[in-house]
Amino acid sequence: MNIFPDIRGPIASATNDLVDFLVVDYGDAFEAFSNVLLQGLLFIERGLRAVPPWAMILIIAAVALAASRKPLMAVGAAAGLWFIGALGMWDQAMQTLAIILVSVCFCILVGLPLGVLAASSRMFRRGLIPVLDLMQTIPSFVYLIPAAMLFGLGKVPAILATVIYALPPLIRLTDLGIREVDGEVVEASRAFGATRAQILTGVQIPLSMPTIMQGINQTTMLALSMVVIASMIGARGVGETVLLGLQRNDSGTGLVGGITIVILAVVIDRITQAYGRRLQRHRSAEA
Amino acid sequence: MPLIELDHVVTIFGNDPEGALARVRAGADKKTLLAETNHVLGLDDITLSIEAGEIFVVMGLSGSGKSTLVRHINRLIDSTAGAVRIDGTDIMALSKKELIALRRRRIAMVFQRFGLLPHRRVLENAAYGLEIRGLPKAEREARSRDWLERVGLKGYEDRYPGELSGGMQQRVGLARALAADTDIILMDEAFSALDPLIRSELQDELVALQRATGKTIVFITHDLDEALRLADRIAILKDGRLVQVGTPTDILLSPADPYVEAFVRDVNRARALTVDSLMQPPALRLSEESIGEALAAMRRTKSDVAYVVDDGRFAGVVTKEGLERAAVTQGAGEAVAAVAEAHPAVTADTAIESAIPTLLESPHPLPVVTEDGDLAGIVRPESVSEVLVSERTQADLVESAGAGEAAASRRADIDSAA
Repeated sequence: MNIFPDIRGPIASATNDLVDFLVVDYGDAFEAFSNVLLQGLLFIERGLRAVPPWAMILIIAAVALAASRKPLMAVGAAAGLWFIGALGMWDQAMQTLAIILVSVCFCILVGLPLGVLAASSRMFRRGLIPVLDLMQTIPSFVYLIPAAMLFGLGKVPAILATVIYALPPLIRLTDLGIREVDGEVVEASRAFGATRAQILTGVQIPLSMPTIMQGINQTTMLALSMVVIASMIGARGVGETVLLGLQRNDSGTGLVGGITIVILAVVIDRITQAYGRRLQRHRSAEA
Repeated sequence: MPLIELDHVVTIFGNDPEGALARVRAGADKKTLLAETNHVLGLDDITLSIEAGEIFVVMGLSGSGKSTLVRHINRLIDSTAGAVRIDGTDIMALSKKELIALRRRRIAMVFQRFGLLPHRRVLENAAYGLEIRGLPKAEREARSRDWLERVGLKGYEDRYPGELSGGMQQRVGLARALAADTDIILMDEAFSALDPLIRSELQDELVALQRATGKTIVFITHDLDEALRLADRIAILKDGRLVQVGTPTDILLSPADPYVEAFVRDVNRARALTVDSLMQPPALRLSEESIGEALAAMRRTKSDVAYVVDDGRFAGVVTKEGLERAAVTQGAGEAVAAVAEAHPAVTADTAIESAIPTLLESPHPLPVVTEDGDLAGIVRPESVSEVLVSERTQADLVESAGAGEAAASRRADIDSAA
């Protein structure tokens, strides 16, 4: 006896119909959106690649120093980048960095407001959490197929896939950070006649900044972990090298790509972590 | 018109406060309401008025609704029913914009755990109220600097709150409230988190600042000693209900019910009460009488001692024997003021504790004088012991005396059995 009604057919065909409908009727709109994103990405990518490697190494070292105030960190970051160049992966690394920068900016633009909303409305949070769970667990290929159809192959669907995968921790940690702000401080701010906007920008966001920085750090790391998958739909970069090694059964090339990703990850992680820790300094004084 | 008025304010917390209101109107108390409808009765029909320029202390144990009450004055909490008026305007009817203006211009607040912004320096914290109001940076910082200096924090402007001790952090909270330039300051258990020495120091400073600025202060505390020290008037809350409102002396000497009585039982009354609460009219007050007239008056009133006021000032005492002697040596026509003997006296606002030594030395009931030196009344040693020994202690004394008798009779039984 079959206890299962057939819903697979209807779901699959409805989805296909929807995608077809979108491609046929709104293809231009998607292409326009795709072009805007692509232009932004190309602008950043060209910028990063136009900077001579020695200058870029200095810039990253300076950023590391500014974020951590530790010379050793700056030296480490510079050494890591130099090593990437020595591996012959400089251009790919810059391409990947551009995708990551655009994705993370996009995540911050979308994730911060959503996190703030989630912190202020329990109803909204309840609705949002399952969506975030879905975004983190559903295999990326599931949405890469329609995304590639709507936006074409290449960098834009790669960014989209990266954003979907990397966004949730930022929203979750923004929400958590804001809800963890000492209620009495918020109340004091209200009592002195602060408007909601003044409370948000003057109290809640600054005080949850260390937690929000954790979220940005997590989002960046997740974005990096998506580069290989992104390369499968035609995004250039370090992921492509790994994919190449995989396709040609060339372990050496694969390893070179892998090491580059790890170095990028470590450098970005240390810089954002150090910045987050420095934001906490008034807290440690309290303890 | 009182500055702040609460008019039959009822506040219920829960999913359906309006529905629960009917139960409260029908007489349900806090416990019943919680058990039957799962709603918390925050305030139960509170009506009180606070005058401009007074320190009004709201006192009660935790959960009595005192913090809830004070938050109605700046509408951090909205009531379910009733009106809250400031200068006669019902603030429950204010628009969002007007409410924000009210909080910025009229009411500042000090919090139990300070509520300072940990990421900002002391100076920026003190300037917060003015910043919110949109004052230019130079002006708000100049004003805050002044207030920080007045609360004793000069030199700490560039520290972070986390670097200061609790007492100093609360001084920042106080400076922030004072700098906001409002006429009302709400203080929610402002000194409860501080250790006793710092607390009493800040209490004294608060009273001095209030006297100097004339601001109206609504102070919340669970500590009766603190209430007695600060208050012009005290309101006592229990389970969201107002039990008693009165001056510290009213509360101590005529507690409205057993709850208040239990509260005031362990208070050091000698320190909390001033002599004017014990004062009685003098049996005989003389001023321009001659010695002869004075003697006649003393015989008529059957008093042995009289208090002499000369030209509006207390001049001393005369005794019957002294006057009789003086009548012989100086003649009955002499003015009584000329023969008055000097006598120690205390002013009306002296704490009983500090008046006791004088009282013990004093051969006659102790005269109490006003600020101008006029005679206000007298204090008898008996009334001091009456007021200092609380009823419970008196009961204990009687009981232990009874126990003594019982023991004695038991011993007698044993003796006779032997």
